[in-house]
Amino acid sequence: MSITTAVHPAPSPPAPSPSAPRAGRRAVVRRLQGKGRVAGLSLVVTYLSVIVLIPLGAVVWRSQGNGPAGFLDAITTPEAASTLQLTIGASLIVALVNMVMGTMIAWVLVRDRLPGRAVLDTLIDLPFALPTIVAGLALLTVYGPSSPFGLDLAYARSGVVVALLFVTLPFVVRTVQPVLLELDREMEQAAASLGARPGTIFIRVILPNVVPAMAGGTALAFARAISEFGSTVLISGNLPFKTQVASVHIYNQLESDNITGAAAVSTVLLLVSLAMLVALDLLQRWAARRG
Amino acid sequence: MASATAYAGTRRGFPVRWVLRLLVLAYLSLLLVVPVGYVLFRTFQHGLTPVLDSLTTASTVHAFQITGVVAFYAVIANTVFGVAAALLLVRHSFRGKRVLNALIDLPIAVSPVVVGLALVLVYGRLTGVGKALAHLGISIIFSIPGMVMATIFVCIPLVVRAVAPVLEEIGDDQEQAAATLGAGPLQTFLRITLPSIRGALAYGVVLALARSLGEYGAVSVVSGRLVGRTQTVTLLVQERYQNFDQQTAYACAVLLVLVAVIALLISRVLRPKELR
Amino acid sequence: MVFTAVRRSTALLAAGLVCAFALSACASTDAPSAGSPAGSAGEKVSLSLIAYSTPQAAYETIIAAFQKTPAGKNVTFTQSYGASGDQSRAVAAGLPADYVAFSLETDMTRLVDAKLVDPSWNTDANKGMVTNSVVALVTRQGNPKKITSFNDLIKPGVQVITPNPFSSGSARWNIMAAYGSQTKTGKSDADAAAFLAKMLGNVAVQDDSGRAALQTFTGGKGDVLLSYENEAIFAKQKGQAVDYVVPDSTLLIENPAAVTSTSTHPREAKAFLDFVRSDAAQAIFAANGYRPVSKTADTAGQTFPTPAGLFTIADLGGWSTVATTFFDADKGIVTGIERKLGVSVEKK
Repeated sequence: MSITTAVHPAPSPPAPSPSAPRAGRRAVVRRLQGKGRVAGLSLVVTYLSVIVLIPLGAVVWRSQGNGPAGFLDAITTPEAASTLQLTIGASLIVALVNMVMGTMIAWVLVRDRLPGRAVLDTLIDLPFALPTIVAGLALLTVYGPSSPFGLDLAYARSGVVVALLFVTLPFVVRTVQPVLLELDREMEQAAASLGARPGTIFIRVILPNVVPAMAGGTALAFARAISEFGSTVLISGNLPFKTQVASVHIYNQLESDNITGAAAVSTVLLLVSLAMLVALDLLQRWAARRG
Repeated sequence: MASATAYAGTRRGFPVRWVLRLLVLAYLSLLLVVPVGYVLFRTFQHGLTPVLDSLTTASTVHAFQITGVVAFYAVIANTVFGVAAALLLVRHSFRGKRVLNALIDLPIAVSPVVVGLALVLVYGRLTGVGKALAHLGISIIFSIPGMVMATIFVCIPLVVRAVAPVLEEIGDDQEQAAATLGAGPLQTFLRITLPSIRGALAYGVVLALARSLGEYGAVSVVSGRLVGRTQTVTLLVQERYQNFDQQTAYACAVLLVLVAVIALLISRVLRPKELR
Repeated sequence: MVFTAVRRSTALLAAGLVCAFALSACASTDAPSAGSPAGSAGEKVSLSLIAYSTPQAAYETIIAAFQKTPAGKNVTFTQSYGASGDQSRAVAAGLPADYVAFSLETDMTRLVDAKLVDPSWNTDANKGMVTNSVVALVTRQGNPKKITSFNDLIKPGVQVITPNPFSSGSARWNIMAAYGSQTKTGKSDADAAAFLAKMLGNVAVQDDSGRAALQTFTGGKGDVLLSYENEAIFAKQKGQAVDYVVPDSTLLIENPAAVTSTSTHPREAKAFLDFVRSDAAQAIFAANGYRPVSKTADTAGQTFPTPAGLFTIADLGGWSTVATTFFDADKGIVTGIERKLGVSVEKK
C-alpha cells in the first residue's frame, strides 16, 4: 500500500556524487531542472490549492465567523466536547490495538511460513479498497441486532470501535512489514548464539528497529480513525453523548443549519490531523538521522 | 515475496509461533473475513438470477456509469498530478518542500464530510466563486465536476506515494545522461523516467481507481443525489438499503467488493518490490 | 518474469481505462435522453423533482401516471430523494429544482426566505399540503409489550426508537406528538416536558433520518418505533414483521409541496403540482400509506381511522414557534433534555 512510504526517510535530494567529470553535466541538468521545477511547482501548487487548500481554508475561515470566542463556544458545547472526546478516545484505543495486532500480523507475514500467507497479505488491503459504506453494511449485518452469532455490538461504543478497527487495519501492517523484511538477520543470529532468549532478542534487537515504523503506522491509523464517517454511520446508532463520532456530529450540524458549528468541529479535527502529520514528519527526520 | 527463512530460534519459539498465528488468524477472521463473507452469502443465498436482475435495472446501470465517469476523470487528474508531485519531491529541492510533503498526506486525515463541506463553502452557488462560475454556465456542486473534485481530494496521496519511492530508488543517473546527450525534458521523461516507473505508476493508479469507485461521504455531500444523474453506486447502496431493497443493496455492495478484490490482485502483481 | 507480469498488467490496466472511457462516453450521450417518452409531438421538457425520502415509491408511480395525461405527455423528470432538511438546504444552495416536496413546513419556509418559493405557496384549499399522515407507534408483530398510547413509552424496560430531532424532520413530528399527547389531555407544560425527558431516556438509538430509524427497528433493535403511519404501512407492504397502533391522542402530520419561483418550466411544474393534488394522484398516495388531503380521493382499500384526540401542529403554536421553543440549539426544551440525558449517560 502506498501510504507505507510515509515512514521511510523523506525523499531527499539526489545523492551527491563525488566523481568530478560529472560537474559539467550537472550544470546542464540543473538548468533543465530549473524550468521543469517552475512548471511542476506551479502545476502542483495550483492543483493542491484548488482542490485542497482553498476549500479547507474556507472551512477554517467559516469556523471563525463568530470570532475566536464564538469558535471556543462552538467546540465546547456539551455535544461538541463529548463527540470530540469520544472520537479522540476511541481513535486512540483503535490505533493502539492495531499497533499491537498490526505488528503481529506483519511478523506472521514476514517471518512465519504460514501456508496461504499470500492470501492473507492481499486481504490486509481489503479495508482500504472496500467502500466504507459497504464495510459498515457488512459489519452491521454480522455484529448488529440480527447477528447470526448473537453478537450484538451495534449502537454502542464497541460498535464504533469495531468499525474503526476495520478501516485502520492496514496502516501498521503496511508500515512495519517492509522494515521487518529489510531487517538484518545477522544481529538476531549473533544474539541467539550468545544465548539470548527469543523474547530478549525481540525486545532488544528487533523492536528498536521497528518502533519508528510502528509509530508512523499508528499515527496514520489514528488520523484516519478520527476522520472516519462511512463505516460508522450505520453501526454507531448516532446517540448524542454516547456513540456519535465527530464526522457524524458535523453531518448533523450541517443538517440543522449550524454551518459555523460544523466548521468549528471540522477545524479541530483538521488541527489534530495536521499535528499528526507534523509529528510524522519529525519522526521521519529522526528515523532518517538515526539511519 | 521474499522467502521467509526459518528463524534460528524457531524450535524454542514453537508455542509462541502458534499463539501468534492463532491470534492473527482469529483477529483477521472476525474483522475481515466473516463480515465480508457473510455479505457474499446473503447476496447469493437465492441464487444468481435475482442478483443479475437487480444489477441490470436502469437506476443501477446509471449509477455504475456515473461512478465510472467520476472515477475516470479523478484518476486521470490524480495520475498527472501524482507523477508531477513525485518528480518534484524526489528530483528537486525547493523551499517549502517539507510543507508540500506533509500536505500531500493531509487528505488521508480529513473527514469525508469535511471534504464535502469545504468544497460547498467555496464552489457552492451562494459563494462568490460559485456565482462567477454559474455566470459562465459552469456548475460544480450538485453536478459531476464537484463529485470529481471530491473524489480527487480523497485520493490525492495514492499515486504520489506509489511513485516517489521508485523514483528515488532508480536514481537520476540515466536521466542526467540523457540530458547531457541533448534530450529535452519531455523526451527524457517519456523515454527514460516513465518506463522505469511504469509498474509503480500502474500500482498507484489501481489503488486510486479502487478508492474512487468506493468514495461515499464526500460525494454524498456534493452530489445532490439526482437519480440517474449524480447518484453513484455507493449512494445507491445506501438508498436501496433504506428502501428495503436489500437484494439490490447487497448485489451492488458485492460488485464493489469484487472490484476491490480485483484491484487488490492487480495491485499485488504491480506493487514495486520495495513496497512488498 | 516480474517484468512480463508488469507489462501484461499494464495492458490490462489500459484495457480497463478504455472501458471506463467508453462507459463515460456512453453515459454522456445517454443522460439527456434518459427516460424520455416515445411520443415526440411538441417540445420535450425536463422537470427536476426534489423530495424528502419516504414518498419515493409514490412519486415514481405518480410521475408515470402524469406522463399518461395530455399535460404530462412531453414531460420527463429528474428525481432526487433524501432527508427533508438536506434536500431543502441543497435547493437553497443552488440545486436546480422545479417541484419541491418536504416533510416539514420549516423546510419550505427556508426556501420562501431564500426567495426560491413564492410566499403564496400555501394559499390553496389545503394550505399548500399535499399529503397527511399521523404519528404512529410501530411494534413487533402481535404487540408483545401491549403498547397502545404514548404513556406506555415511559414504562421501564420499553426500548424506544426515534430518529435524532436535530437532523430528522420525522423525529420532530414524533416528539411534538408525544408532547401534545400530554398537554391535550390536561397535563401542564412542565409535566409534558418531564414526560419527554422520561421518554427520551428510553430511546436506544437515534438515527439521522426516519427511514434509517425504520431500518434499525426492522433490523431487530427496540420494542417500539415512533414513525409516520405511512412508513408503518410501507414496512408492512414490504413484508416486515411489524404491527402499528394509531394512539387516540396523536399529531396530524402535514407535508407541503410547491413549485419553485425559479423554475424554468413553470407551466409544466404547475401542471404537475395540480396533478399531485388531483384525486388520481391522491389515490396513489393513499395506496402508499399516506392520508390523502383530497376528501374525495379513493383510498385504495386503505383504512385511515381518525383518532378521537387528533391535534395539529397549529394547536401547539405552529412550526416556527415550536422550532425555537423546543429545538433551538441553545435554549430549546428538547436540546436541554438531550444534554441532561447525555450527562447522565456519561456518568454511568
